[in-house]
Amino acid sequence: MSSPLTREGLLQAYRTMRTIRDFEERVHVDFATGEIPGFVHLYAGEEASATGICMHLNRDDYIASTHRGHGHCIAKGVDPVGMMAEIWGKRTGTCKGKGGSMHIADLEVGMLGANGIVGGGGPLICGTALASKLRGTNNVGICFFGDGASNQGTIFEAMNLATVWKLPVIFVAENNGYAEATSSNFSVAVENIADRAGAFGMPGVIVDGFDFFAVHEAAGEAIRRAREGHGPTLLEVKLSRYYGHFEGDQQTYRAPGEVQKLRDTKDCLMQFAKRVTSRGELSMADIEAIDREVKTMIDDSVVQAKAAPLPLPEDLMTDVYVSY
Amino acid sequence: MARKITYQQAINEALDQEMSRDPSVIVMGEDVAGGAGAPGDDDAWGGVLGVTKGLYAKHPGRVLDTPISESGYVGAAVGAACNGLRPVAELMFIDFMGVCFDQIFNQAAKFRYMFGGKAKTPVVIRAMYGAGFRAAAQHSQCLYNIFTHIPGLKVVIPSNPYDAKGLLIQSIRDNDPVIFLEHKALYTMEGDVPEESYVVPFGEAAVVQEGDDVTIVAMGRMVNYAKDAAASLRKRGIQCEIIDPRTTSPLDTDTILESVERTGRLVVVDESHPRCSMASDISGFIAQEAFGALKAPIQMVTAPHVPVPFAASLEELYIPSPARIEEAVMKVKEYR
Ligand SMILES: Cc1ncc(C[n+]2csc(CCOP(=O)(O)OP(=O)(O)O)c2C)c(N)n1
Ligand SMILES: [Mg+2]
Repeated sequence: MSSPLTREGLLQAYRTMRTIRDFEERVHVDFATGEIPGFVHLYAGEEASATGICMHLNRDDYIASTHRGHGHCIAKGVDPVGMMAEIWGKRTGTCKGKGGSMHIADLEVGMLGANGIVGGGGPLICGTALASKLRGTNNVGICFFGDGASNQGTIFEAMNLATVWKLPVIFVAENNGYAEATSSNFSVAVENIADRAGAFGMPGVIVDGFDFFAVHEAAGEAIRRAREGHGPTLLEVKLSRYYGHFEGDQQTYRAPGEVQKLRDTKDCLMQFAKRVTSRGELSMADIEAIDREVKTMIDDSVVQAKAAPLPLPEDLMTDVYVSY
Repeated sequence: MARKITYQQAINEALDQEMSRDPSVIVMGEDVAGGAGAPGDDDAWGGVLGVTKGLYAKHPGRVLDTPISESGYVGAAVGAACNGLRPVAELMFIDFMGVCFDQIFNQAAKFRYMFGGKAKTPVVIRAMYGAGFRAAAQHSQCLYNIFTHIPGLKVVIPSNPYDAKGLLIQSIRDNDPVIFLEHKALYTMEGDVPEESYVVPFGEAAVVQEGDDVTIVAMGRMVNYAKDAAASLRKRGIQCEIIDPRTTSPLDTDTILESVERTGRLVVVDESHPRCSMASDISGFIAQEAFGALKAPIQMVTAPHVPVPFAASLEELYIPSPARIEEAVMKVKEYR
């Protein structure tokens, strides 16, 4: 089967995945030096999911993200320079340094926020989808959530509501096998999260999250359905996170060599590059040019973040409806 | 025999001793063991910060990892308490109470009264609270005020390792639902803690230090800040009395009242937002009950009425500081 993506589309897909990977690996390095404050949850390893899904979206479509939100933000078009500054707690950050890694949001590009509350995004995305539907646009809402979040009441309620109101929502369960240290084998009562879809009156689809093309195709179908008014879909993306739950996690709950094996055999960027070059759709030179361009951009984002000013004392009391 | 251990160890020891003493005590929460169903260690975490580490091996079958379903397991803890267990449910960050608040305030809190005294609900809900970790708006709140508002709940906020152990043991033995709040910045604080089991009763404030000039009521992490401020004020010849209520529900109003009647000056230090807070609650109580004794308007030192900001530069401004406490004491002292 030939790829349905144009050359431009392929370049964009690779550029997005590479940007997410490099962004995360750089944050990993800088966090270890103690320069980055707070909790940071990295998305490295899961790039094909955010990218394969968000490539179908317009600016006016919304996504709701999670604590592991950097990848979703980048894929939805949030500026990585502002994101980096936000993570460093600077005034030039996406949220003026008031939110940090766990709360990056940019409503201008349809990014309703990373979320510090697991399962918080499900009901919210039903709301953006309801607004789109009532306004008569064909915009959709995507709710990203993890295997752990899949057990949260808010997610169940949101899935039921989405079907009851026939909302243009795609519930994307990013099953990376763990919620903190707890395995999804333990926490999810059924074999697959997607198996629950039937109980909520929507199709459930399982897709290999290391394979960009598989995600892209499955998401395309679900989003088409939603845009055409056929209601929600539950898409379960099976993937893995390359780093700990948060930076600093010793990960003794994992099997030895678990991540290395995946990096060596299934990595989404590796598979993508292999496929497009072997089919002659892109050249190695194309890939390397993006690698260089992205590396420069990420390096520069850190230089800018470091040099950026801290929030000012008066910023403490702004953006809230009352000071007392 | 007392030896120095941390606040975190004191909490772990209280849980361990109560679990050994009483087989009806169980612990549950997300990753309180950590590793359920995973290929590696079964008790990899012992709580996100390791507070329950080791309990899983010592008390087989009684330390339960849960799915991320706060309404589900907190409610189940309440139900289990109605049926003879003494569950200690860990909510990790108190901010997550938003997910399961119904099970706490409409269910657990109401049972004894609403059922005409027929139910008892000996459940403890543990969680960490407080700012200072750059954990931003959804992982840094205090929220003890909200629980304190609700009849039927008891609310405990230990400020040191000794109280943490004794109050937690009391919480587990108590027959009412108890919200037990641990300040994240205190986990590493060391203090003298007896090895043997003991209880610190509810509703008995600690007079942390005596003084005749100004009464400072402070709670949780703010007790240490009040001590810093008082040490500096002593050099300026001002003697502060510091009162730590230890439990905000029940609240030991007698001790506070007695002190203010003597000093005539009150500063209340509360890490939470000012509106409907412990600071405003205690200030209101004293204004009503000891108006005649007051020589100066009461001062509240609180965080501002804004969510907790992420950036260090803003979070440091947000948290009440020893300097601000000192300033407030000077204001009540110098008032004419
Ligand atoms: C309501 C709530 N409960 C618990 C947490 C603590 N917590 C943060 S992330 C996480 C695990 C989430 O697992 P999953 O949904 O699988 O997402 P992943 O981290 O694997 O991306 C937990 C328990 C939280 N932030 N919010
Ligand atoms: Mg997960």
